[in-house]
Amino acid sequence: KSFKKIDEELFEELEEALIMADIGVDTTLNIINGLRIKVKEQKITDASELKQLLIEEISSLLERGDHEIHVDEGPTVILVIGVNGVGKTTTIGKLAHNMKQQNKKVLLAAADTFRAAAIDQLEVWGNRAGVDVIRHQENSDPAAVIFDAVQAAKSRKTDVLICDTAGRLHNKKNLMEELRKIFRIISREYPEARKEVLLVLDATTGQNALQQVKLFKEVADITGIILTKLDGTAKGGIIIAINSEMNIPVKYIGVGEGIDDLQPFNPQEFAKALFAEENNDSL
Amino acid sequence: MAFESLSDKLQDVFKKLKSKGKLTEKDVNAALREVKLALLEADVNFKVVKSFIDKIKQRAVGHDVLESLTPGQQVIKIVHEELIDLMGSTQSKLTFSNNPPTVYMMVGLQGAGKTTTSGKLGGQIKKMGKKPLLVACDVYRPAAIKQLQVVGSQVGIPVFSIEDSKQPVEIAKAALQYAKDNRNDIVIIDTAGRLHIDEKLMDELEEIKSVVKPQEILLVVDAMTGQDAVNVAESFNEKLGIDGVILTKLDGDTRGGAALSVRSVTQKPIKYVGLGEKLEDLQPFYPDRMASRILGM
Ligand SMILES: Nc1nc2c(ncn2[C@@H]2O[C@H](COP(=O)(O)OP(=O)(O)OP(=O)(O)O)[C@@H](O)[C@H]2O)c(=O)[nH]1
Ligand SMILES: Nc1nc2c(ncn2[C@@H]2O[C@H](COP(=O)(O)OP(=O)(O)OP(=O)(O)O)[C@@H](O)[C@H]2O)c(=O)[nH]1
Ligand SMILES: [K+]
Ligand SMILES: [Mg+2]
Ligand SMILES: [Mg+2]
Repeated sequence: KSFKKIDEELFEELEEALIMADIGVDTTLNIINGLRIKVKEQKITDASELKQLLIEEISSLLERGDHEIHVDEGPTVILVIGVNGVGKTTTIGKLAHNMKQQNKKVLLAAADTFRAAAIDQLEVWGNRAGVDVIRHQENSDPAAVIFDAVQAAKSRKTDVLICDTAGRLHNKKNLMEELRKIFRIISREYPEARKEVLLVLDATTGQNALQQVKLFKEVADITGIILTKLDGTAKGGIIIAINSEMNIPVKYIGVGEGIDDLQPFNPQEFAKALFAEENNDSL
Repeated sequence: MAFESLSDKLQDVFKKLKSKGKLTEKDVNAALREVKLALLEADVNFKVVKSFIDKIKQRAVGHDVLESLTPGQQVIKIVHEELIDLMGSTQSKLTFSNNPPTVYMMVGLQGAGKTTTSGKLGGQIKKMGKKPLLVACDVYRPAAIKQLQVVGSQVGIPVFSIEDSKQPVEIAKAALQYAKDNRNDIVIIDTAGRLHIDEKLMDELEEIKSVVKPQEILLVVDAMTGQDAVNVAESFNEKLGIDGVILTKLDGDTRGGAALSVRSVTQKPIKYVGLGEKLEDLQPFYPDRMASRILGM
């Protein structure tokens, strides 16, 4: 490969790539400034080395934290939350299938009683994965569904109870309080269970995702993020800002609408993909 | 509310500009850099921001601006004009066919809000005294037909579907005939969410289009979309030739930069904005008002 020099233009190119990946202005400028210092310190002159350095920096940042969902240590309740349309229900279908394949006894709770046909949607996924769904009627109290599902999980000796919730924008006070209540019921009714609270983020989301994480974190202890829709052209770079500001690990990524389209998060690959376009011509 | 924080930032920049009697080229460049960062933070696409700022720069650093009595005001005026140019100046209404039924096709990425918006739009059109029909062409998403049926019943609009069909093109064709037979003068086709890079499914939309000859193809875009909005809008527009955009979920605290990006790359108007999950939460979009609000004018 031909040798390319490091110049101002290259820094600008990288800056552009990072911003276009939704990493955000502040985080991008921080990363690029850090890179400038390293270049001086380590006397780096080759452009390709620079890009490699950047990829390593980003992936090491994203490696922090626990990327597993632990289902081998006693009963687990997974609460799935997020704004509207990000892929919560679909992800639950995939997760249920995934855990079923690990020979776990899985139960789903249809606590989105609000959106049109949300319960039926989850039921279809339950059928696909071959797991039962605890459901009430449309427009009933979601907290009551959660309560029932927890009792059912206990009496059936379920390994993993996965709870679907209605999409809600993080700035809606009453809906967020409803979620707080749901989280509280799980803690109160099932203290011995391991809790995972997974926030689902759509990879196409821009800077607003930071706000989403901040406000959802206030009502439930988020243990991980699932980044969906990475099969598109969006890069999901906002999780870098989320990781550096709030240190919440990404646990899985969604790469399609099928039941198998859920993958463990791989920081290295993710970081590489941020520069995917440029890889073609310059790396 | 959307655009608020962008508006705050820009007003800070403008205050600084106005407080200076004389402006040098350097002052203008510094101010424009701040405008640029504010727009990027609001998720306006990088390339769109770049060309926007370049345009303003070209106009703003000339003699007649810098030497004028109120250079700060002049620069702000230029930014305002360019913003209006970017967003469009007048409201673009939904159009109706002279030869009913008028067909609208809702398209977009997964989860953008097509099905919900189909119901909202149908509800509003019904209030105009028309007889809309909703058509369930999403044969992929679990319970998508049921979802549209629930939405339809909430606004009192019939839904056409073929439960066991996996052929959206056939469903659309049959729906059109049904509308004619039942004197439905408006047909709103809800399509499945799809990625703009999914060739097969993009071809499917093209086929539906050629069969139903829609009056308008409306691209539904989530207001929280980041830089990718440009890719999505460009691809859908190139493939289908969209007629307008509906921006959903503006009831969040998003900065809504996607609105500017989408309009800029397609030159197609934003016709409505979605402001909630309820079926009455759909409003016409007024770009000039929005531009003024962004700039706090
Ligand atoms: N391409 C792609 N589509 C996805 C992915 N995950 C989910 N989807 C699609 O996104 C759309 C919304 O998914 P849902 O699972 O209904 O999202 P949700 O968060 O439950 O939505 P609400 O309950 O309405 O808030 C559906 O069309 C899904 O098929 C993914 O990883 N890739
Ligand atoms: N807050 C808010 N939520 C909205 C708005 N429009 C749609 N939604 C919600 O967004 C989610 C997705 O909406 P859908 O209508 O199912 O989206 P879709 O584009 O049909 O999704 P697919 O068919 O899976 O591609 C649902 O939870 C809706 O209630 C809006 O303007 N504001
Ligand atoms: K991607
Ligand atoms: Mg859901
Ligand atoms: Mg839909």
